[in-house]
Amino acid sequence: MQVTMTVNGKTVSRDVEPRTLLVHFLRDHVGLTGTNVGCDTSSCGACTVHVNGEAVKSCTMLAVQADGQEITTIEGLASAEGELHPMQKAFQENHGLQCGFCTPGMVMAATSFLKENPHPTEAEVRLGLEGNLCRCTGYHNIVKSVLAAAAAAGE
Amino acid sequence: MFPSAFDYVRAGSVAEAISILDGSEDAKLIAGGHSLLPLMKLRLAAPSTLVDIGRLSELSFIEDRGDHVAIGALTRHRDLETSAVLKQSVPILAHVAGEVGDPAVRHRGTIGGSIAHGDGASDLPAAVLALDATMVVRSASGERTVPAASFFKGFLETDLGQGEVLTEIRVPKVSGGWAYQKFNRRAQDWAIVGVAVVRNGSTRISLVNMGSTPLRASASENAINQGASIEEAARLASEGIDPPSDLNASADYRRHLASVLVRRALQEASA
Ligand SMILES: Cc1cc2nc3c(=O)[nH]c(=O)nc-3n(C[C@H](O)[C@H](O)[C@H](O)COP(=O)(O)OP(=O)(O)OC[C@H]3O[C@@H](n4cnc5c(N)ncnc54)[C@H](O)[C@@H]3O)c2cc1C
Ligand code: FES
Ligand code: FES
Repeated sequence: MQVTMTVNGKTVSRDVEPRTLLVHFLRDHVGLTGTNVGCDTSSCGACTVHVNGEAVKSCTMLAVQADGQEITTIEGLASAEGELHPMQKAFQENHGLQCGFCTPGMVMAATSFLKENPHPTEAEVRLGLEGNLCRCTGYHNIVKSVLAAAAAAGE
Repeated sequence: MFPSAFDYVRAGSVAEAISILDGSEDAKLIAGGHSLLPLMKLRLAAPSTLVDIGRLSELSFIEDRGDHVAIGALTRHRDLETSAVLKQSVPILAHVAGEVGDPAVRHRGTIGGSIAHGDGASDLPAAVLALDATMVVRSASGERTVPAASFFKGFLETDLGQGEVLTEIRVPKVSGGWAYQKFNRRAQDWAIVGVAVVRNGSTRISLVNMGSTPLRASASENAINQGASIEEAARLASEGIDPPSDLNASADYRRHLASVLVRRALQEASA
């Protein structure tokens, strides 16, 4: 089946089987391997991308369901000149990653969350990221990073 | 993991979805896909055709209709959670929607999908049971309505037949107290046991994950409606109910939790 969607601002069109998951479409068909597969069972959030601006677990969505939609992956956050997104900077500055496996999903979940709640409390950040697991258990600095990004946006 | 192969059709209308379902033995609707796709990836479900109703925007609405609120089946958990109409008139439903999974799940999952899936461990089916909501079901032969009390039939089994689409959920407005007690051990988890209480004139109590369907705690309801104390009513929470044992909890522990949570929920709803 032919599917066409906007990925990080560019139109991409591929012929895929209907059972192709969005995460495999992005990684294997479009070649964007920043989005990780962790649990593959909708639990860990490593595969989080934005669909029309909202965080979605791309291992639990078919590519055909995303036909005609706007997708943003971790590769789409930095500017064309390579300047990091404020959330990426905040993760870098606050040591918000250890091995980095959960990081693309964390950053995508966190940017979606701040759109919905631009001035969160620490408790709200923790709840907002409850669908994302970090097996290095760096949660403390991840939460710190998101709070720092929120504060920077408010300045 | 990926599902076994299937044909995919995006329905342009409810009528089209119904005609595809009618022409197939095992075609399945897909709404948000957040119950169905995990099952298909585990190959516990393998429909030959998926009929995508996810884009039918006419089934995504929350409308004040005087004595009740009408909710389109494709309304996402996120839209329930943030709805001003629900917060005003059926606050328990906005609250329960916000307890489902995590934000990414709530961006995709729909109330119709959750109710049609009919999982006894799910939050929204128990909520509509306590609310005494009415399901509106469409098929080639027209429209029928089914009260929540007779909608949930067995393990992942509802009153819906092949060729039927759940289109709307009608929820009476809530004038009295309410509470939802969800007990779980980890972030984003399902309820080990949950309890919904709605006081609209009389009191209705429903239970999550105490059986293969959402259940009414009838003995507790009768007791409280006949003037028993909250403590007495709570003690009867699992009377006539045979809860499951699994990795999370034994049946005995579930009975204990049900009593504790019914007590807390009744106290909260009476405060
Ligand atoms: C990680 C994770 C955590 C979750 N946690 C919770 C939780 O804590 N509590 C909870 O209650 N739920 C939870 N869920 C389930 C979630 O709420 C699902 O979104 C919901 O149960 C199904 O809605 P859907 O639109 O995704 O349905 P789908 O998966 O698209 O469909 C589910 C079933 O309903 C049928 N169907 C869908 N729409 C209709 C319709 N309009 N008419 C007739 N049949 C229809 C489909 O054919 C299918 O059989 C979780 C899911 C995930 C992935
Ligand atoms: S890989 Fe999608 S949630 Fe874990
Ligand atoms: S940094 Fe290693 S999993 Fe989160």
